Amino acid sequence: MSTETRSRATVAVGTLWFLASIAAVVEGFRQAIFLAPTEATMGNVQRIFYWHVPIASVSLVFPYLNLAASLAYLALRRRNIFRALAADALAVASAEITVLYTTLALMTGMLWARPVWGIWWTWDARLTTYLLLWLLYVSYLLVRRFSPTGQTSVLAAVLAIFAAIDVPITFMSITWWRTQHPAPVLRGDGNLDASMRPALYWNFLAWFLWGVFIVGFRYVVERRRQLAAQTDALRAIEASLEIAQ
Amino acid sequence: MSFFLHTFAHLSKDLRLEWRSRDSVNGILFFSLLVVVVFSLAFDPTSNPSLARAIAGGILWVGLLFASVTALNQAWSREQRNGLLEVQRLSPSHPSALFLGKAVANFLFVTAVEFVLAPVFAVFYNLHPLGNTALLLLILPLGTWALVVNGTFFAALGLRARNRELLLPLLLLPITMPALLGMIQATTGVLTTELDPVYIASWIRLLAAYDIIFTTVCLLLFPVVLNAE
Repeated sequence: MSTETRSRATVAVGTLWFLASIAAVVEGFRQAIFLAPTEATMGNVQRIFYWHVPIASVSLVFPYLNLAASLAYLALRRRNIFRALAADALAVASAEITVLYTTLALMTGMLWARPVWGIWWTWDARLTTYLLLWLLYVSYLLVRRFSPTGQTSVLAAVLAIFAAIDVPITFMSITWWRTQHPAPVLRGDGNLDASMRPALYWNFLAWFLWGVFIVGFRYVVERRRQLAAQTDALRAIEASLEIAQ
Repeated sequence: MSFFLHTFAHLSKDLRLEWRSRDSVNGILFFSLLVVVVFSLAFDPTSNPSLARAIAGGILWVGLLFASVTALNQAWSREQRNGLLEVQRLSPSHPSALFLGKAVANFLFVTAVEFVLAPVFAVFYNLHPLGNTALLLLILPLGTWALVVNGTFFAALGLRARNRELLLPLLLLPITMPALLGMIQATTGVLTTELDPVYIASWIRLLAAYDIIFTTVCLLLFPVVLNAE
């Protein structure tokens, strides 16, 4: 397949994916606001739940993608630098979406907690671990920003491994420490009424599709940036050769 | 075998340099004393012994954490100034030996400071520990190693970065958070006896596990960081 047809296929798939995720977001909104019944004790505030739970759940998928991409980068960087750069672009994209989704989940959670618990924040196990997840990936992005050119990818990949090892340990230690977050609603003690489930499932689908779309979009942008940087470097080398003659 | 010989060579070099200048140890000691004084402004520890006991563990570790970060920022400066890291990359000795020697040296500096700081701290905060203080001899080294091993690693990671003084705490704090939680909980548990000994034991086990895991990861990944290009 030529580059021309391949990029056309990418644009077509991307556009379709974008339209599908917008449609799912709209349907999720309709289900959650207009169709789901009002909750008995919390009232309309409970509707935040239809965004909070899907966004928070989907945000936990992207760190795995980040770890896989970072490991792939470290494994490939001596053998196949072009593939390694692709893995690095995926690592950036997934780290940024992790920070975005965890920020959204933290904010929607606070908006819900204020009227229901009476406080914006509490140092409960799940909240604390989640905040630490956010902190870890913010520090990952800071490393990418502060590192010297040429070392950014390696140092960021190393940090990604540290972060991935740290997440389960943090989760375990803080769970020992304390717990106030509501129990899981789909399995376990809490249970969600059948009439509320479509709204939740639509939003799961919507935020998953939308997240994957942003990762893909960010990946393409990062690939173009890498390509531009390579072209610039090549031109600089060619120019220096001309001066030498 | 040669790995340990190289580690020992790096360690003895760092110890000798520190013995001659005493820059790190003095710096850490004075910095943590200042933190102790500043925290005493926030509340009156001598008039309220039970409050002092409850928060002393946290203050001690926060002071040591800040002091170690300031010292670790300078940990590699001598190597960097003299281009020794490039020499190390050319030499046949394993890069992790360099890292381990440096980490053990930093560990010894911070531990030395703790031995001076702990009695001073007890005097200034009028501290009467209620639990088994011998356990602190286990908690302090385990916690210190957790701070120092990751701190030395991230200091090397951020060595050529812009804002490296700022970058080290930004990386070290989130990664060591479970260890910090463990050492603060265990220390407070020993000081106040409000925590069941079983829980103290489980925090100590968490610290030990954390130390083993992260020491392994640091040793495995240090060559990657040293040869980052």
